[in-house]
Amino acid sequence: MSIEVNGKTLETDEEGYLSNLNEWEPEVANIMAKLDDAELNENHWEVINFLREYYEEYQIAPAVRVLTKAIGKKLGKDKGNSKYLYELFPYGPGKQACKYAGLPKPTGCV
Amino acid sequence: MADFETPELKDYIEVPLPQIGVMEGSGPFKAKPDHQEALGFPGELIDDWENVAINKLADLTNRYRGLRVFLDACVKCGACTDKCHYYLGTADAKNMPVARQDLLRSVYRYYHTPAGKFLKKFGMEKLIGARKLTEDIINEWYNYFHQCSQCRRCSVFCPYGIDTAEISMAAREVLDSIGVGQKYCNEIIGKVYKIGNNLGLPEPALADTLEGLEEEIEEDIGVAVKMPLDQKGKDILLVTPSADFFAEPHVDGLIGYAKVFHQAGLSWTLSSHASEAGNFGMFIGSYENMQRVSMRVREAAIELGVKRIVFGECGHAWRVAYSFLNTLVGPFDFLDPNYPVPQHILEVTHDLIQRGKLNIDASQNDHMTLTFHDSCNVARATRMGPKPGGQMVIPREVIKAVCNNYYDMPEDTIGEATYCCGGGGGILTDDLIEIRVKGAMPRMQALKTVVEENGVTHMAAICAICKSQFSKVIPYYGFTMDQIISVHQLVGDALVFESEISESSNESEETENEKE
Repeated sequence: MSIEVNGKTLETDEEGYLSNLNEWEPEVANIMAKLDDAELNENHWEVINFLREYYEEYQIAPAVRVLTKAIGKKLGKDKGNSKYLYELFPYGPGKQACKYAGLPKPTGCV
Repeated sequence: MADFETPELKDYIEVPLPQIGVMEGSGPFKAKPDHQEALGFPGELIDDWENVAINKLADLTNRYRGLRVFLDACVKCGACTDKCHYYLGTADAKNMPVARQDLLRSVYRYYHTPAGKFLKKFGMEKLIGARKLTEDIINEWYNYFHQCSQCRRCSVFCPYGIDTAEISMAAREVLDSIGVGQKYCNEIIGKVYKIGNNLGLPEPALADTLEGLEEEIEEDIGVAVKMPLDQKGKDILLVTPSADFFAEPHVDGLIGYAKVFHQAGLSWTLSSHASEAGNFGMFIGSYENMQRVSMRVREAAIELGVKRIVFGECGHAWRVAYSFLNTLVGPFDFLDPNYPVPQHILEVTHDLIQRGKLNIDASQNDHMTLTFHDSCNVARATRMGPKPGGQMVIPREVIKAVCNNYYDMPEDTIGEATYCCGGGGGILTDDLIEIRVKGAMPRMQALKTVVEENGVTHMAAICAICKSQFSKVIPYYGFTMDQIISVHQLVGDALVFESEISESSNESEETENEKE
């Protein structure tokens, strides 16, 4: 599978996750969101940017409590919970947001 | 997203009429060559697949006497037919346990039984339901042996005790041996080898996550409850599913374990080397991989110099730990012989409650009415405590000690007869969402009963897979994901902590000199 971004063809896995993290650019997230009939606002971008920063440092997506804490700090305490993150990313913040951010899908019993 | 129908919940479970081929398909995503090779399997379907597969099957039936008996003994009585949650949820005839077994049994008969060897000379193998292995059968195996969660409910009702789980594990092992593996399981096992856990959570990320959780607990209750990592000289090594670090509601269970250890003054540590309780080697029926995954637990215990090993809330991990650990990677003669090897976290907590070592206020959980989902592997393949059935009794006694409102689901859906969550045995992957949702129907039906009759608001579980599976599929049935809860969250929330001012700063305890 693949997606078209700015005239380039980027390879994805069976579930639409980017095969090569380094090929990511912001437009990737917009296009993936469009495929899910979603539109990204600045709160989505806070999450996506945090995911990418965290991944760069730790080579893994953040655990849910790490993410909610960080988002709570950035967007206000009332938004620092998984309920809010599910409103932003209804297919699951761990998975849908990771996909838009170009990260691999979290595996395991999650 | 769903292009299938969620089964309707009725007043009781209706056994559907069998239908042909409704769950036919190509099965879950296949493992890539590098996933396969990391586990010692061929990267893709090999040319000589027929010979290798039938030799592998011979090898397995010779190695495991049980498997041979299971393949030989079935008399087609039909007792199992309506016992599988996947059959009840899908009505696909091949999801009847006997039919699932026959997918492998027919091939076993053709190649490895005297009757099969004789009749096939005359082209009369159909008389005994024997089949020559074909590529279509390989595909059929791949599809339908990934619609079995190896939960063993059918074996409880089989008069011969035929265990479909063993057959399904053997079939997956045969498939892996010819280069046909499942991406979900095999990629994950590779991550355990490379990084130490199913998630691929490296040590720095784990340390950072635990630190964040410590801060969260201290903000919440004003007590510096620690989550030690890789600390030598502690008494207990806690081995828990990596989902406990990562996901909800699992993480609240982890917080609960830490609070229990803290309040009881037990010295404990996690290990980044053995940062996974789960052992997907069992799901793929691979003794070698199961052993290799388990070896990390032994290595960590020796390296850290602990006296005890305790397993967190994970169903199949407890099966591997309780039933196989000593055989796989024993002996554990370096541990303290006064404690069982290994122990379940619920045994630890239960014992502390019995001895009055925990300060509990059950009214902290009064806003909930609980029921308990027995995990298949815990209920049907393990025990807790010294008495038979302890694996059913101990979790309930712990819940009832920390919650005032508790009701069991109907008797034929719990305990030994528990219904699988629908996501066990390597099925917990998004590409199998249809079978996961449909297979959850019997459990959802039972939950609905106690919700309506007893006002149950939450279902507690002691398995990472059950928790993730339910959180994902429960909304399909009109419930909400936060109705699933870890047993040790209930425990943790009910613990009352005194002011820590008088706490001693003994070096051997993890309650170091903090004061509030």
